[in-house]
Amino acid sequence: MPKITYVDATGKERVVEAKNGMTVMETAIKHNIPGIDADCGGACACATCHVYVDAAFTDKVGKPSAMEQSMLDFAENVKENSRLSCQIKVRDDLDGLKVTTPESQH
Amino acid sequence: MPGARLVVVGAGYIGLEAAAVGAQLGLKVTVLEAMPQVLSRVAGPEIGAFYTHVHRAAGTDIRLGARLEAFEGLGQVTGARIHGGEIIPADLVLVGVGVLPNLELALEAGLVCGNGIVVDADMRTSHPDVFAAGDVAWRPLAHYGREGRLESVHNAIEGGKLAAAAMLGLPAPALDVPWFWSDQFDLKLQTAGLWTGADDTVVRGDPQSRAFAVFYLKEGHVIAVDAVNSAPEFIVGKKLVAAQARVAPGELVDKSISMKDIGARALG
Repeated sequence: MPKITYVDATGKERVVEAKNGMTVMETAIKHNIPGIDADCGGACACATCHVYVDAAFTDKVGKPSAMEQSMLDFAENVKENSRLSCQIKVRDDLDGLKVTTPESQH
Repeated sequence: MPGARLVVVGAGYIGLEAAAVGAQLGLKVTVLEAMPQVLSRVAGPEIGAFYTHVHRAAGTDIRLGARLEAFEGLGQVTGARIHGGEIIPADLVLVGVGVLPNLELALEAGLVCGNGIVVDADMRTSHPDVFAAGDVAWRPLAHYGREGRLESVHNAIEGGKLAAAAMLGLPAPALDVPWFWSDQFDLKLQTAGLWTGADDTVVRGDPQSRAFAVFYLKEGHVIAVDAVNSAPEFIVGKKLVAAQARVAPGELVDKSISMKDIGARALG
């Protein structure tokens, strides 16, 4: 099972075993990872599961869709490597993925 | 089972989302709606007309003002009979006609109930040690100065947070305006606020482009927004609704002014 590391805004790391097919957001919620609100439950409708993707994985994870990008445009502190974690599905080649959560989702 | 006949009763979010999936799977879909408009409980006539057009263009037969009288068939449904006597053949039916709150347990426990379990701003029922949250709760709607029952994901999550904070004696989390969404075909409808009571509506963008928004105003204040494939209109609109901001209709309709600018001007 792929491992995902969630880094919070203070730098604290939490490593969890993820299941293929679940999203990075769902995996976080299932493991009580703080810093991801996911108010809409994964419908790309709220932009409260914002994460920064570690540089080593930005190519593998890929770019946001047009809808996701337009939601991200209104999130706080958006960077080049920002994604909505509900739109990233876990798969084998994302083993070792590291994402950082922002200070706030609102 | 492509070609199967699906009859959907009720053109709310559930009914239309199911109808869209059915049409995409190749089913022959008929939607029966008792009201003269689809989505009548949650959106204004502009949005209703748009979604009726979208579903009809996908081959779905949308019947407005059609009242279901009975399902036909023995053991297996074969059709839906509507007022007037017409029978619409069906291999399967889906009913999505709104909910009645399950009050039995609350009533048995002696809790005050109306159209839902009556709760205060902390989601506390008439018994101080009992809380209710979700679709079943009749709660204060802080942004609208009245009470109501909301059937939505946002409401369930917010109610849970409020109840948990109250149980633990923690400060109540900030309240969000009611918000909703619905995914149908390639369209994402995002709604903030409750449009009931609006005295003016402003359409921003062209529905033909499949990306537009409808703003609902009351005495010049933005009270709700329906945004179709228009995230900026939804996100800024939600903030305008939360602040009950005053925005000139001429500004909202003008696509040359970005939503960021409209928000910055109205919210300061």
